[in-house]
Amino acid sequence: MTSPLAPSIGADLAPEVRDALAGLLLALADDEFVLGFADSEWTGIAPILEEDVALSSIAQDELGHAAALYALLGRLTDRDPDAIAYDRSPAEYRHARLLDHPRGDWAATIARRWLYDTADGIRIGSLAGSSWQPLAELAALIAREERYHRLHVGTWLERLAAAGGEARARLLAAWEDLGPDAATVLAPLPGEASLVEAGILPLPSAELDRRWREAIAPVLARARLPVPPRPRAAEPVRSDHSDAFRRLHAEFTAVRRIDPAATW
Amino acid sequence: MVSTPTEVTTSEVLAALAAIPDPELPAIGLVDLGVVRSVEVAPDRIVVELIPTFLGCPALELMCAAVRDRLATLAPDRTIDVRVSHAGPWSSDRISSTGRAALRRSGIGPPLPASTPIEVDVPAPCPYCGSSRTVLENAFGPTLCRQIRYCTACRQPFEQVKVL
Repeated sequence: MTSPLAPSIGADLAPEVRDALAGLLLALADDEFVLGFADSEWTGIAPILEEDVALSSIAQDELGHAAALYALLGRLTDRDPDAIAYDRSPAEYRHARLLDHPRGDWAATIARRWLYDTADGIRIGSLAGSSWQPLAELAALIAREERYHRLHVGTWLERLAAAGGEARARLLAAWEDLGPDAATVLAPLPGEASLVEAGILPLPSAELDRRWREAIAPVLARARLPVPPRPRAAEPVRSDHSDAFRRLHAEFTAVRRIDPAATW
Repeated sequence: MVSTPTEVTTSEVLAALAAIPDPELPAIGLVDLGVVRSVEVAPDRIVVELIPTFLGCPALELMCAAVRDRLATLAPDRTIDVRVSHAGPWSSDRISSTGRAALRRSGIGPPLPASTPIEVDVPAPCPYCGSSRTVLENAFGPTLCRQIRYCTACRQPFEQVKVL
């Protein structure tokens, strides 16, 4: 999963900045890892062959991004990236609550991907301007690849919304279920102020949320879909996980638990 | 004990790397693909730096192993050090004109310039008949670096290397 013996980094950072940066990298990595793994469940059973190919590729991209982010976090905290990815209990994962929902039907998958990809696009695009060079470089690489996800999923969202009938009904049901958790992707992280001050986080989460809402407004108006509500204040959105996630966790850690030294 | 190392030049190393096919696009070698960032030949070792294409590309490990094997044959008395770097990243613009011609001959459309917008309606020439009357069928394909297009002129579906 990782390049061997990469030197450690970040020794020059103040301890509280380093901790906050580690939290940011973990949240970014867990988001991509959990969503990538959940969407990989479509491999072999997507509605049409083209979508089998597309969702599998998108999931593979996300797992690649997660691997690179875990590797960076591993260098910062002097830990084995595979151990970070696989050896935590479900409660220790820090993905946003939007990604805690089960995969659901095709409409739910498209709705979630679109909500996530649009928010993540704003976030990762901003991080490409981070003052911390290793993160800026990696974010720029991830941002290039994510353009294809938004192209694909955006096309699907507009089609399902315009289709009427069962397609639109399913999309609306998914929207009602997922919408309240959409903004959790951009909710503030612990230590955010110190990251903003250091320029590691070029923009505070409130500004990212504002830009995200501005970017998605025209699409939502065209698709006649409600704007996702703002997050309820002061509530944990990255630590209190669902049974659906615990089941997913049991699945993606299964090989590691059977044989921690397994390679493939 | 004194041993004389075999004479190996940088251009011999590059020639050896150029002959290694991309595991996913075998029509093209690693040098023409643009993934070889640097080669350094020292008396006791050869250091090769590779840059990955897509971050999740599973071919990267195969490329590293192939480079190690090929150079171990070329220079058996030196340490072969293959490194992977994200700095100075790969872009589809790094594919050489030789590589582009080789892709076209194998029925794969070379990538458009990296500045091309990522949209559905961008015309791209068909590698079989040259017509630009082609449509994007799927932004994704059999590997992360490819998409599927269809030529409405010669009615041939084809793969194209993505813009990155």
